[in-house]
Amino acid sequence: MKKNSKGKTIIEVKNLVKKYGDFTAVDGISFEVHDGEIFGLLGPNGAGKTTTLEIIETLRDETEGEVIVNGFSINKQPAEIKKIIGVQLQQAGFYPNLNLVQLIDLFAGLYGVDVDPDKLLAKVSLVDKKKSQVKDLSGGQKQRFSIATTLINNPKIIFLDEPTTGLDPQARRNLWELVKQIRDSGATIVMTTHYMEEAEYLCDRVGIMDQGKIIDIGTPSSLIDGLISRGFEKKKEVREATLEDVFIDLTGKELRD
Amino acid sequence: MKNIKAILAITKADLQGTFKNLSSVFFGILFPLIFILVFGLLGNDGVKLEVGVMSGSDTNNPIYKALDSIENIELKTDSTDKDLHEELSKGNIDAVINISTSKELPNYTVDLQTSAANPDGGSIVKSIIESITQQINTSALEAQNIKKISQVKTDVVEGRKYRQIDFILPGQLGFALLSSGVFGTSFLFVSLRETLVIKRFFATPINRTTIVIGEALSKVLFALLQATVIILIGHFAFNFTLVHGFSTFLEMLFLSAFGLMIFLGFGFIVSSVAKDQNSVPPLANIFTLPQFLLAGTFFPIDLFPKWLQPLSRILPLTYLNEAMRKVAFEGVSILALKEEMLALLVAMVVVYFLAIRLFKWE
Repeated sequence: MKKNSKGKTIIEVKNLVKKYGDFTAVDGISFEVHDGEIFGLLGPNGAGKTTTLEIIETLRDETEGEVIVNGFSINKQPAEIKKIIGVQLQQAGFYPNLNLVQLIDLFAGLYGVDVDPDKLLAKVSLVDKKKSQVKDLSGGQKQRFSIATTLINNPKIIFLDEPTTGLDPQARRNLWELVKQIRDSGATIVMTTHYMEEAEYLCDRVGIMDQGKIIDIGTPSSLIDGLISRGFEKKKEVREATLEDVFIDLTGKELRD
Repeated sequence: MKNIKAILAITKADLQGTFKNLSSVFFGILFPLIFILVFGLLGNDGVKLEVGVMSGSDTNNPIYKALDSIENIELKTDSTDKDLHEELSKGNIDAVINISTSKELPNYTVDLQTSAANPDGGSIVKSIIESITQQINTSALEAQNIKKISQVKTDVVEGRKYRQIDFILPGQLGFALLSSGVFGTSFLFVSLRETLVIKRFFATPINRTTIVIGEALSKVLFALLQATVIILIGHFAFNFTLVHGFSTFLEMLFLSAFGLMIFLGFGFIVSSVAKDQNSVPPLANIFTLPQFLLAGTFFPIDLFPKWLQPLSRILPLTYLNEAMRKVAFEGVSILALKEEMLALLVAMVVVYFLAIRLFKWE
């Protein structure tokens, strides 16, 4: 993966609508994701983030609208799209009774590629767990392994659906660094989260979703500047540190897997 | 090419998972072997008759010698008369004899005692002794040139010894295939669906056919292993008959794979109808239990009441069991098993017609 194409549009979503019966989960959204960035879809539960992601991943049919991924249309060339994306699903499990190496071999076979499991596991610091089953991993280890499986086909775009939900602060920070490393190696990352500090730290640009609509889109700092320029003032006195800073200071940054 | 790689990756993963899962190995291979062991040790040689010989009995006469030469009759000569009577009255032995000889006619007199505790054994011994004495009388008459008034000509057809194992093993094998086919597949697919593994698979460049073929291939390979282990242990440890040896073994393997394909279809249907893993066992039992009881797994279906037999005749396992028994023991070739193979084919078409209609991926 090279960085030379950085900044180009790699995903284009136009007037996307998804209806389940009378319920409109995604209500005519449009946005672009640039090559090489970490793009965050933010929003409360039920905002339509996961549905949007799954439509782009070709796992769900759209009701209306158009999505182009790396020049391929989700309707006409879903197979081409699947080859160049890596997908982490929210709360997805793994094939039962297999250890990490066996699971990697399975995915390598599904993508038709050859992968060195040790090398891949080293990227997510799980080499010493290679003979373990996923059910015996900690929450953070599970998420790291799950991210490792998205890297198997050396994808251009990686989708992470709430990758840090349920993790302790140490594991969350560790995962942030992993996501940044993957972005720095040239991949584009599209992720959802409902943690704002995560989006602020990690995402190059974010789209804020609520009730199936994208309300605002931009870099975290431009969105914050916009809010301040509209005359917003924080009611509480701003302190130099947060409770999370205290927690990390007291318990250290090392992982507790 | 990539498709084949993907199919084999799924097959390999599923086999690795199956062997890691002890219950599939236990129920698929060990469980049927235990049944075979139990039934294999029970009454291997058909009818065995024990006849006590009283201490005063003459043993140097043609009747005694004839009895002694019959394979199924064991003559007990080492017990006291008192013990013999006690055993007889308990029904532990089938009869007690005392043969006396005399210079006058009749030369030999058999005192036969049987017991109300064991009427069947007694009457068999009685008819054997009667037929021996009759033969002796007839040959004596012929020696005096007196013609026979009537005669029975018996012609014993040469046959292989049909042991209990020859009935039990095909039934157990068929049932083992049924349970691993139905339970293995339905549990697996419901869990793959629930844990979004299938969804994750769909985010890779493979299609549904790849998943189904990969899984089916794994299940067929496991079934062939099941069949191989069960048949070989049955053959070498319990004398299970393979009439034409290796080619019969191969035909049994073919039938096993064919039967398993049908049962996989049942598994697909169960996995589609089941809402979650908890609802798999009751649904799967709707398919497996009637076949366990009524498909001639433990008893020949001819022994069932007449009104029940039509029910047996609609169960695929009935035909698989019959086909296996005919192939292994009678040496009938698969192509000659028209009724059984037709029934299995119809079952396969019906099952997959339903499975394709009902199958749920999400």
